[in-house]
Amino acid sequence: MTTTEKERTAEKATVTLTFREAFHEALRDALQRDPTAFLMGEDVGRYGGCFGVSRGLLDEFGPERVRDTPLSESGFVGAGIGAALGGMHPIVEVMTVNFSLLALDQIVNNAATMLHMSGGQLNVPLVIRMTTGAGRQLAAQHSHSLEGWYAHIPGIRVLAPGTLADARGMLWTALQDPDPVLIFENGAQYGVAGELAADAGPVEIDHAAVRRAGDDLTVIAYGGSVPRALAAAEELAGDGVSAEVVDLRTLRPLDDATVLDSVRRTHRAVVVDEGWRSGGLSAEVAARIVEGAFYELDAPVARVCGAEVPIPYAKHLEQAAVPQVADVVSAALEVVGSG
Amino acid sequence: MRDPLLDLDRSEALRLLHEMVRIRRFEERCVELYSAERIRGFLHLYIGEEAVAAGAMGALRPTDAVVATYREHGHALARGVGAPSIMAEMFGVVEGCSRGRGGSMHLFDASTRFYGGNAIVAGGLPLAVGLALADRMSGRDGVTACFFGEGAVAEGEFHEAMNLAALWSLPVLFCCENNLYAMGTALERSESETDLALKASGYGVTAWAVDGMDVLACAAAARRAVDTVRGGGGPVFLEFRTYRFRAHSMYDPELYRSKEEVERWRERDPIDLFTARLAAAGLLEPGDLDRIEDEVVAEIDEAVRFAEAGTPEPVEDLTKDVYRRAV
Ligand SMILES: Cc1ncc(C[n+]2csc(CCOP(=O)(O)OP(=O)(O)O)c2C)c(N)n1
Repeated sequence: MTTTEKERTAEKATVTLTFREAFHEALRDALQRDPTAFLMGEDVGRYGGCFGVSRGLLDEFGPERVRDTPLSESGFVGAGIGAALGGMHPIVEVMTVNFSLLALDQIVNNAATMLHMSGGQLNVPLVIRMTTGAGRQLAAQHSHSLEGWYAHIPGIRVLAPGTLADARGMLWTALQDPDPVLIFENGAQYGVAGELAADAGPVEIDHAAVRRAGDDLTVIAYGGSVPRALAAAEELAGDGVSAEVVDLRTLRPLDDATVLDSVRRTHRAVVVDEGWRSGGLSAEVAARIVEGAFYELDAPVARVCGAEVPIPYAKHLEQAAVPQVADVVSAALEVVGSG
Repeated sequence: MRDPLLDLDRSEALRLLHEMVRIRRFEERCVELYSAERIRGFLHLYIGEEAVAAGAMGALRPTDAVVATYREHGHALARGVGAPSIMAEMFGVVEGCSRGRGGSMHLFDASTRFYGGNAIVAGGLPLAVGLALADRMSGRDGVTACFFGEGAVAEGEFHEAMNLAALWSLPVLFCCENNLYAMGTALERSESETDLALKASGYGVTAWAVDGMDVLACAAAARRAVDTVRGGGGPVFLEFRTYRFRAHSMYDPELYRSKEEVERWRERDPIDLFTARLAAAGLLEPGDLDRIEDEVVAEIDEAVRFAEAGTPEPVEDLTKDVYRRAV
């Protein structure tokens, strides 16, 4: 076979699956390959995971390695930290980021600090998965995007898969990482299906990725905002505006280089973040652009963020509270001077 | 007409029956409206557990306070939050008791001192402690009734709240609705000690278990407990042994329990049990049940009409009610 033929065959070897299935495959793979890996959290076993991600894993791996916990977020996240110190590779599931607040003490005061407090002696190879994001009319205690808060904390890595490849591939790399890693799964995305290479496997977790090349501006997004940014770019193309889309992928540590490299070429930037604007991740990204590429900018950096309100139940208000494709498009048009 | 054995007069009997049927039918309508996509988000049904709210709520005065969870339609109805405003809330319109901001999981109503609608498991317990503290510090003789599932007992907030309430001898009635499952997690797989009343008594709280399928037992236990609490006897913990007949929320493959188990519990349907008892005691007259059903349907129809005619809040008001003092 010639190289092009090979590429074509490789191209064809894809499977259609949902984000839920991609996350499931990643878990299954991790449990199969790493004997020290185990999954623990509320309803991960019998119930099959509150969003169905871990369905079937209890049967395959048994209750020791797919461990249902009582409702006790602080307790079992802390136990995950302890088990990691004891040589295991725990994957702890917290149903949603809002509930992770009950475990904030363990994450911030223990997991994130242990290596440093112990003078480099004790590292915590722990993965914590949780859902984030709005869009399902679950209102103010189930819908927030608090990953930006976690990205404030030195000592943890924060991942936000926004593509199927990342949903499938980030877990393994995170699990082999010596430090605590938080993975934010976008709740509204679980049922979304797409194509993934049949042999998709682990992906690196250190860099942002350019998801669409463009010349006129850079749209920076992550997680559930990535598809919206891509949809906006498509729409902008129809208006003759060529938007580059950068998917941050890892929110901490932030890969400035990829963002700055793009902005230095396009000279304009729009940051999309479902989290709140004030003190949020978008503020950090905007600040880095200003710090690193101020003289390259042809327009002020724009942000499209969650409105400063707890997420409301009513559908039209919820939609208005989080960035939509149209919001990204109009911010982009404004930035390129045709708004 | 009064039955000495049941220690019950006819009007109270009919009131309790009416309340249970009302909650049941209201939620059945919610299911239809959910399928029709008029109600969205999560919808946690109380079907099977009606005897607890219907029985316990009657022991409270209007000046008392109620704290509940995301499975609170029954509590809100029994507390006197209007069916139309509850339905409107689930339709996401301003006429809703939380102006459409909260939905099914966040029913609030200051006028009946109904403090939610709390969807963080065990999150309501410390609030109840504080409400009771405020009553005590203000010299009011109010009682705060706090409803929660047995799953909450594993959370730190449960233990912190129990300790505070007992330590400060506060007027809180803890109503634990033990329906045996927290989502898919059975009690015996989440508690090292499954006797919840025993657990609560470890904090020096008076505690006992009640048949939560028996509305009279629920009502009697609540009356006795409220008397103790209001009388300065400190907090009381009641474990209502009940069962939810439906899925945890609307969608749940129910892999964690058998159909037979559900069927066995359905034989102890609190409405059927009570109806049979009233009939046996001669407290039920022909036509009573039909009349109750008719009244309930009329009330629910009206609630749905009200909700359907509701007004979506203007999007310009999106950031309303984030601060009381304007920013
Ligand atoms: C702190 C927290 N963790 C997890 C959840 C998700 N969750 C919602 S209800 C529930 C089960 C609670 O069971 P229980 O307290 O017994 O009440 P029930 O639902 O049976 O009425 C879970 C795990 C939550 N809402 N809050």
